[in-house]
Amino acid sequence: MAILEIKNLTLSLNGSPILSNINSSFSEGYIHAIVGPNGAGKTTLGYVIMGIEGFRNFDGDILFKGESIKNLSVTERARKGITLAWQEPARFEGLTVEKFIMSSAKEKKLEVVREVLTKVGMEPEEYIGRAVDETLSGGERKKIELASILAMKPSLAILDEPDSGIDIASIENIFEAIKLLKSNGTTTILITHSLAVLKRAERALLLCNGYIVREGSVNEIIKYFGKKCLPCVHKNEPEDFDLKKDESRVK
Amino acid sequence: MGKVMVIKDDELYSIARIANIDFALRDPNTARLIINKDRVIETNTVKGLTVSSEEIKDGVKINISLAPETKVENPVHLCFGVTHKKAIQRIVLDIEIGENSQIVIFSHCVFPNAIDVKHIMDAKIKIGKGATYSYLERHIHSEEGGVTVIPKSRITLKEGARLKTEFELLSGRVGNIDMDYETVSEKNSVMEMTARIDGKGKDIIKIREVGNLVGESSRGVLTSRVAVRDKARAEIYNKLVATAPYARGHVDCKEIIQGDAVASAIPIVEVANPKARITHEASIGSVDAKQLQTLMSRGLTEEEATGLIIEGLLS
Repeated sequence: MAILEIKNLTLSLNGSPILSNINSSFSEGYIHAIVGPNGAGKTTLGYVIMGIEGFRNFDGDILFKGESIKNLSVTERARKGITLAWQEPARFEGLTVEKFIMSSAKEKKLEVVREVLTKVGMEPEEYIGRAVDETLSGGERKKIELASILAMKPSLAILDEPDSGIDIASIENIFEAIKLLKSNGTTTILITHSLAVLKRAERALLLCNGYIVREGSVNEIIKYFGKKCLPCVHKNEPEDFDLKKDESRVK
Repeated sequence: MGKVMVIKDDELYSIARIANIDFALRDPNTARLIINKDRVIETNTVKGLTVSSEEIKDGVKINISLAPETKVENPVHLCFGVTHKKAIQRIVLDIEIGENSQIVIFSHCVFPNAIDVKHIMDAKIKIGKGATYSYLERHIHSEEGGVTVIPKSRITLKEGARLKTEFELLSGRVGNIDMDYETVSEKNSVMEMTARIDGKGKDIIKIREVGNLVGESSRGVLTSRVAVRDKARAEIYNKLVATAPYARGHVDCKEIIQGDAVASAIPIVEVANPKARITHEASIGSVDAKQLQTLMSRGLTEEEATGLIIEGLLS
């Protein structure tokens, strides 16, 4: 069953096409990946699903659990169970890790804050009283943001480049957290251009120049990406993204 | 052990409770001075600390001196209360911290019923060689915005001295605040002045902080965090002057505005020695969109998210 359906979604920003006629559905409970090269429109698609300011004026529709969320604010979408972790998390001067996570948490308990920090590999006593500001590294803020999402227990989590800025020693914590989201019943969309992250997904969607080039299993996408995208044959023309033509090219 | 002067007076406990220092009234090892308008209603001192006071017209003149080589273990509580609706309170404060001494003073300014209350402070503070002095101001005002606070401090830091000041409004409306603090820092001294204020309604916030780094390797940081909304006004003037080699300083002013509020920041850095260095940063604007959208994507409303961001900024 699809938890999220994107129908004929087209978005232009400042007159430039960014996403073109996107149609896709995301099955409930699965880990999905949106992959593609830099500038493909992956992050933009994540912002559109979340309803971020500046990314809400699009053609087409987005259905969440069968209902259109097109006209809902970010808060309303979040309260329906959608959330987003940013590629570069925001810094909050003076706002403690405890308050930041508690503000998201479904259960407003200190023990929940401790628990989710531990799950992303952070020592609660070391971090709980610190501010979510520039005194933390980008990787630490990234893990704290992921911890806040674990505490929120959303139905759908969009994680933008979840491995960026994460050191090698911590990467397994991130992958464990992604698994944990799944075991909690959260559908996850990983936005990535990393093969290591893509391999954690169960289904994938390949975006290029704002078009969906391919959808399928992770192995299919890896195979296709290796054969057709390096070097890229697409030139941002609709006919370049005809899946039937692509099939014949791959063969 | 200090000497406790007991006054059976409801107003004492009432003020202490509002200031959240009633615990200190029971502790003979905690120095304190509690004033209601122009009357001293309780004092207690500890070894090495001399506190004398004299009631003057509309206020109190206070002399505080700390003997050299003395460390005051517990924070000292100065409570300047005005429980009246309309009043003027003048405080003349003379503080001298002896060499290599250490003291932390909490200054509780409590005006819970103010409709038209004016609190005027004129302080002269001398921090001796190697001494450490923290003056942490905590204000509790009425919700009516009827408070006018005019604190003026002239502070001298001798060689190796350390100064930390904080100004924070814990509850109520600012009303009208016109702060004027100026320091002169000698060799190897460290000065840090921070103001955190949240203005609303028709509040007016004026902060003038000037640091003169006249001694070699003296250091200073002026930090202002101000949030204004509705029709509130904020005007922040931070100036750091370095005239000695290796003096280092930083001015950091951040203001958030909402609604019809207006804020201005005037950071001035003046360096008169090629081996000195001062930096500054100032920003005025609405709440950062990414911060806002992050919290909203967790389910907070825009108002809740803004409140949390401002709470963090002012914490």
